[in-house]
Amino acid sequence: MSVSNTAANPRDPESGVTAPDTAAKGRSTPELGEPVFDVSGLSVVYGTNRAVRDVDLKVGPQQITAMIGPSGCGKSTVLRTLNRMNDLIPGARVEGKVTYHGEDLYAPEVDPIEVRRRIGMVFQKPNPFPKSIYDNVAYGPRINGMRGNMDEIVEQSLTKAALWDEVKDKLKDNAFALSGGQQQRLCIARTIAVNPEVILMDEPCSALDPIATLKIEDLMYELASEYTIVIVTHNMQQAARVSDRTAFFTASVDEAGDRFGNLVEYDETSTIFSKPSDQRTEDYIAGRFG
Amino acid sequence: MPTEAPEAPQAPEERRRGTLTSGRGRLADPIFKWIVAGCGTLVLIILALMVIRTTSEAWPVFAKEGFFGFLLGDEWTSGGSRTEITGTYGAWPFIYGTLVTAAIAIVIALPLSIMVAVYLTHMAPPRLAKPLSYTVELLAAVPSVIFGLWGLHWFLPNVMRPFFDWLEGVLGWFFLFEGPVLGVGYLPAGIVLAIMILPIMTAIVREVIAVQPLDQQMAAYAMGSTRWEVITKVVLPASFSGIVAAAMLGLGRALGETIAVLMLIGGSQAWGASLFGTGSSMASHIAATFGEATPETRTALMAIGVALFLVTMIVNILARVIVWRLGQTKGDAAV
Ligand SMILES: Nc1ncnc2c1ncn2[C@@H]1O[C@H](COP(=O)(O)OP(=O)(O)O)[C@@H](O)[C@H]1O
Ligand SMILES: [Mg+2]
Repeated sequence: MSVSNTAANPRDPESGVTAPDTAAKGRSTPELGEPVFDVSGLSVVYGTNRAVRDVDLKVGPQQITAMIGPSGCGKSTVLRTLNRMNDLIPGARVEGKVTYHGEDLYAPEVDPIEVRRRIGMVFQKPNPFPKSIYDNVAYGPRINGMRGNMDEIVEQSLTKAALWDEVKDKLKDNAFALSGGQQQRLCIARTIAVNPEVILMDEPCSALDPIATLKIEDLMYELASEYTIVIVTHNMQQAARVSDRTAFFTASVDEAGDRFGNLVEYDETSTIFSKPSDQRTEDYIAGRFG
Repeated sequence: MPTEAPEAPQAPEERRRGTLTSGRGRLADPIFKWIVAGCGTLVLIILALMVIRTTSEAWPVFAKEGFFGFLLGDEWTSGGSRTEITGTYGAWPFIYGTLVTAAIAIVIALPLSIMVAVYLTHMAPPRLAKPLSYTVELLAAVPSVIFGLWGLHWFLPNVMRPFFDWLEGVLGWFFLFEGPVLGVGYLPAGIVLAIMILPIMTAIVREVIAVQPLDQQMAAYAMGSTRWEVITKVVLPASFSGIVAAAMLGLGRALGETIAVLMLIGGSQAWGASLFGTGSSMASHIAATFGEATPETRTALMAIGVALFLVTMIVNILARVIVWRLGQTKGDAAV
């Protein structure tokens, strides 16, 4: 665990945090702080299907926010609204408001390309390019015209992603030769290389074995000192282990019989897992922990 | 639950009936293997017989002109003998015509086919993309004589001729575009060849691009790529070997195309650097003169056939070497 020493860092144990310790490796929950994302009244429509309705959520800086809930309840959909990846899905429409540092992400003058450069994303299945390890990491800096020593950028990014020691002697090898867990860390390195402020992760460990999963969790924990992280996971222990705040989503059915996803409860992770205020949250957590 | 169980659960000793050596696999797989191997060998034998037969028939011409004398000589004067070779046979004008028209065709068709394929897969509205793709595939099935007729009677006078006159006016000082513009010639033949091979190349490139994994493209978008960057830096590089395969197929067709070239290349036995000049390709020359050829000339036409086979093979091998070399330097797993 590395915690930087800037006074403003909400992870700093000296910064007057009063919240009780969470299950998350015994560290205390930072205060929410000035929100990075402020989602209010968010609904997402796919064609005619109003798949997610009325979500309100604030994501704090340099902390890990987890989204949990049964499959199909709209976690990925909500995550994609945070960096406008839904724009790429034909027929998808976003209603309500999402602000990023107070700026409306969906204002007509906002360039989604720049949004995605600042708000990176790691996907469920590791998806490196069919290129060398080096070229995978260098891709983002190159297209974004980043100046500086590319070798250095690549090394730094791989180091931050805890992969450098494993690949430093085979940077020219094809990325497909790596194991699944290494590929996922490469994808994280690739995302870091463009210097984003936020990293969104959509079930980043669901295709990995338990050991690779733990490595990614450790990595997330390290990265949270520098980056704001929002992670979708179906693994509740994972949410409990790594996150500061947890949003529990579920699928509901409206009067017309249509299924839709909605946010049930959002709170500090320790609260969600110890004394949730909604019965559905309690049932879900209890059921899973059985 | 079924009321009658036709096969009652067997006792363990029942399940051990028979021997381990009596299964179907011992016979079926070897038979299948032999059938497939036999077919493969048959193809090789037919190919070998064809090569041996044409080469031996053409042998007297190679013997008289010398192998390279035949390939590089540019005089072609038929003799009328039945028993020996009395004329002079140099195939260079036809080899040149073949290479130039095929080169024009591929230079035009390759970028166009990539652009059309990218449009069909990434830009066209879905409602338009389907019918357009079908149309492209349909065009690939149009017989070449139709392209030849259309090229000669409509496309040449109405589109190409005015374009050539303009081109000659602007670039006439450059040796490739030196006048006079005659109408038929290398350039119109090459352009119609390009149009002919465009559909099949587009169909292949489209297919290759369409199967590129979406998750890699999403990853590129998520790093702030524009659509242009996703296509040129992720999709096309990953499609590289497929694009080369399409180019090779198109090139093969262009090299061997007979009838459309015959109608448009001008049919002369000359050769020259200007793309407006007339000439013949190997295939078009064989087709144009085989009917009335003397026995001696037929032998020489056989030799052109052998040369065409060689040229096609060399071009293919070169293309493969290029793919292999580029694949090595790029660390491309797909090659
Ligand atoms: N690309 C899409 N096109 C159309 N509908 C979609 C798409 N992605 C998700 N949906 C709809 O949104 C609902 C929520 O899906 P998703 O956000 O993937 O849920 P989760 O990630 O929680 O499993 C799904 O039930 C589905 O109907
Ligand atoms: Mg999901």
